[in-house]
Amino acid sequence: MTYNVQIKVMPLKDLLDPQGKAVMGGLKNLGISTIEDVRIGKHITLQIEADSADAAKAIADDACKKLLANPVMEFYEIEMIN
Amino acid sequence: MKFGIVVFPGSNCDRDMQDALQNDLNKEVIMLWHKDEDLSMFTTDDYIVLPGGFSFGDYLRCGAIARFSPMMQSVIAFANKGGKVLGVCNGFQVLCESGLLPGTLLPNGNQQFVCKNVYIKNDSLPKALKIPIAHGDGRYYADDKVLNELEANNQIIFRYTDEFGNLDLSANPNGAIRNIAGICNKERTVFGMMPHPERATTPNLGNLDGVEVFRLFGMN
Amino acid sequence: MEITVKAAEALRLTAEEFELIKQKLGRTPNFTELCTFSAMWSEHCSYKNSIKWLKTLPRDGGRMLVAAGEENAGLMDMGNGFGVVFKIESHNHPSAIEPFQGAATGVGGIQRDIFTMGARPIASLNSLRFGNLKDQKTQRLLAGVVHGIGHYGNCFGVPTVGGEVYFEDCYHTNPLVNAMSVGIVKIGKTISATAEGLGNPVFFVGSATGKDGIGGASFASANITEESTEELPAVQVGDPFQEKKLLEACLEVIETGAVVGMQDMGAAGIICSTAEMSAKGGVGMRIDLDKVPTRQKNMKAWELLLSESQERMLIVVEKGKEAAVLAVFDKWDLPCSEIGEVTNDGLLNFYMHGELEASVPAYELVLGGGAPQYTREYSEPAYFEKIKAFDMNAIADVTDLKAVTEQIIQIPNIASKRWVYVQYDSMVGAANTSTNAPSDAAIVMAKGTGKALAMTVDCNSKYVFANPYVGGMIAVAEAARNIVCSGAEPIGVTNCLNFGNPYNPEVYYQFVKAVTGMGDACRKFNTPVTGGNVSFYNQHPEGAVYPTPTIGMVGIMDDFSTRMTLDYKQAGDQILLIGAQQNDIASSEYLHKLKGVEYSPAPYFELEEEFAVQHFVAAIIREKHIQSAHDISEGGLIVTLIEKGFNQNLGFDVAATTNLRTDAYWLGESQSRVVVTCSPQEVAAIQQKAADANIPLTVLGTVTTGNIALNGADWGNISSWKEKYDTAIEKIIAGA
Repeated sequence: MTYNVQIKVMPLKDLLDPQGKAVMGGLKNLGISTIEDVRIGKHITLQIEADSADAAKAIADDACKKLLANPVMEFYEIEMIN
Repeated sequence: MKFGIVVFPGSNCDRDMQDALQNDLNKEVIMLWHKDEDLSMFTTDDYIVLPGGFSFGDYLRCGAIARFSPMMQSVIAFANKGGKVLGVCNGFQVLCESGLLPGTLLPNGNQQFVCKNVYIKNDSLPKALKIPIAHGDGRYYADDKVLNELEANNQIIFRYTDEFGNLDLSANPNGAIRNIAGICNKERTVFGMMPHPERATTPNLGNLDGVEVFRLFGMN
Repeated sequence: MEITVKAAEALRLTAEEFELIKQKLGRTPNFTELCTFSAMWSEHCSYKNSIKWLKTLPRDGGRMLVAAGEENAGLMDMGNGFGVVFKIESHNHPSAIEPFQGAATGVGGIQRDIFTMGARPIASLNSLRFGNLKDQKTQRLLAGVVHGIGHYGNCFGVPTVGGEVYFEDCYHTNPLVNAMSVGIVKIGKTISATAEGLGNPVFFVGSATGKDGIGGASFASANITEESTEELPAVQVGDPFQEKKLLEACLEVIETGAVVGMQDMGAAGIICSTAEMSAKGGVGMRIDLDKVPTRQKNMKAWELLLSESQERMLIVVEKGKEAAVLAVFDKWDLPCSEIGEVTNDGLLNFYMHGELEASVPAYELVLGGGAPQYTREYSEPAYFEKIKAFDMNAIADVTDLKAVTEQIIQIPNIASKRWVYVQYDSMVGAANTSTNAPSDAAIVMAKGTGKALAMTVDCNSKYVFANPYVGGMIAVAEAARNIVCSGAEPIGVTNCLNFGNPYNPEVYYQFVKAVTGMGDACRKFNTPVTGGNVSFYNQHPEGAVYPTPTIGMVGIMDDFSTRMTLDYKQAGDQILLIGAQQNDIASSEYLHKLKGVEYSPAPYFELEEEFAVQHFVAAIIREKHIQSAHDISEGGLIVTLIEKGFNQNLGFDVAATTNLRTDAYWLGESQSRVVVTCSPQEVAAIQQKAADANIPLTVLGTVTTGNIALNGADWGNISSWKEKYDTAIEKIIAGA
């Protein structure tokens, strides 16, 4: 069956995220000043044809490792929707 | 006619615009800091220019943060009064984000930054003009309703063409819809374009077609 | 924790160096102090294995305003009260790990070296080397590096005006990313990287400090009792927006007159900048590390000292003038903290939570001070035997020159690098005159100075591999030739010396000989070496990269009307070859890539002959005899003739009667040759001048409206050659 998989890719916790930093500055300029940190990543959805949820997750994991996330810079989380 | 050039943090064509207007077109230019608000020295006969660059790093979306600068609030008010505004490249993106011009600029079709000479034309020009582009997010997009309106009101001020002025998909450097390189508002007071006319106004650079672009905006 | 020689060795210090440290301190260092020595005495900061040889290079004279190595970048007199500041630097290892960020932060680092001196960068160049382009890994690296350079440079707003890209198998594991920047400063407005004045406050400006790029595994393993080391990010993330603000703010803050000294934080971050500025000024500093803005919580003293977080500057300010400085950084929304003050005891004292964490004499840490200097053993590489065994007669001459030429112009080393350079903003600044009128070197208007600058980066590393001494000379000679062919006068050099492991005697041989060759050539062309950097350890288990001493050269053009471009101007012009043809195919692209011969000598080169040819070309440009000039390099004469046609879609009709081999005549890469064109009525005058100067000159043929004819054979139109040349790299990347 087809599994819907959502993947969150985020910059590694300890890495500088210039985009998040600039956006936080922008929010401050707008007067929204209680936000302490902004980090910006990617949200990816996949539809995977697989025999089981585990198999679909394994495929998603493989896709993340090989292409969707850059392990030097990013970590990812996989969420199975169905 | 005076010119005010808005400097955002990350603007990097502000000085080039100043050089072009001041030295090549002999205009009076006032540089405007994004944190200031005062535009009282300008009348609606004058021009405010939003230069190219990467305002606020172009993070989130190009122009999205710059649009909220104090000076931009004054520029929006100035434009709404009928004052003339030109946005080039990042300036065009800021104008779209701020709603002074319709549509938006998406990442280039091939997802790569592109810098080269391109040719642009409109019906009032006898031949295509050679003007440089340099952008990563230059793919103009709007829905059909907006596009048809732009066409009906003759608001598309430049389209990408080949060097002979033929509308040609292969001459479109970024996948812009209907080869759109620049547009204006219905009142023809606010102009935005991706190509950089200020990079083509100096004899030593071997291209003066930018002077023609400024002439079309009534700037010389 | 007991600090022993084991700890020192884990931090890549030798037992002898550990003893030296104890001797200099008069006690055993604590861990933090040991870390500072490890970082400062590393190859990267101390040049310990290279400095003795670097000192043999011509490092002053000419237009130099500061001696090599004295400041963050070279500074030379342009005249009219302006100086040109330039430097090249490598970012090879970071780019191998993370090509996008590695290349981006490389570009960022070199720009900081320029504006930390008070100069505004006006142009960037780069020299890139990768493995075989057909390889997927190479394509990924290339895409990442080019994207990274573009991402940073385009946003920062300095045009990328020139560069080179080579593909050779030896760079497969170790790509090279060398970035150069050129800036302009008003003489008298330069800022020195020095600390002076007892009690003057020390400011930290720019990005907050995180655990970025801290010596990685060696520090972690030496300090296993410390926590959180496994979270050290191996990469540094660049923020060009922050750097652009830093540039504008630093140039503005200099105008306040409050700045005593300024240095950017690159390798070894805070410790390097505090040590170098203090040592230079003969002072010390007291620094409160608690006041350094951090991005991560609970950073240790050694982490703060060694962090290589990007976009940070250290500024010493005249006491009492702090407010003016703070106002500028506030305007630009840049964090700025006073972290300490200048002292007069020569010691760097770092405090944290009120405790003295480290106390080290600044002088003992730095190059030229206490840092050790070594010369290494060297011996002739074994592969030289294969080079000596090369016999040209064993190679069959070409029979179908046209077919071979079609292959040659599509070799990635020769084909158009369009896929690369369109991703760089080459025109921001509205000063790059080469966009619409290409020359051998890029020519950039130095706005406000009344002058233009010509600039180039060059190194054919295959020649250096074949003969390090001659190859080193050729790298300099080619750079000078490119400047001369553009109508400018070469004034100075910055170099980026990329080699393998210096402890390998064969690698060190390459280093010594290449530096010697460069020095001899620089002396001949009166182009002193203003600085640069050394990158060793570009080595993998199978061997080292080709020895790659990249030369960045700057030339000055007092009068823009002497500017010379490379392309054919109109049909009917005469095509002249200046310089002697040789029966030589050694180390040519043709021999290596099409014939598969990797080991052959360097191409023919004689320094005196080269100098005479350049002198002659400069004269006929100055006297306005010629319409175009393009030197002969990779691919030989035929590639030069074809390349000259591309810009204006003009062809050529040439013929040659020669006793030389066909491949040597058309495809050989012997040096000191330039193809020029002139109107027919100028030919006699040029011939006479050549005869007077004893310079070989051959009239090859005529420029045509587009068709190419060679010895009477029809080679078709230039446009079809241009199509092949322009798209070769794109096709390989597209998998076509």
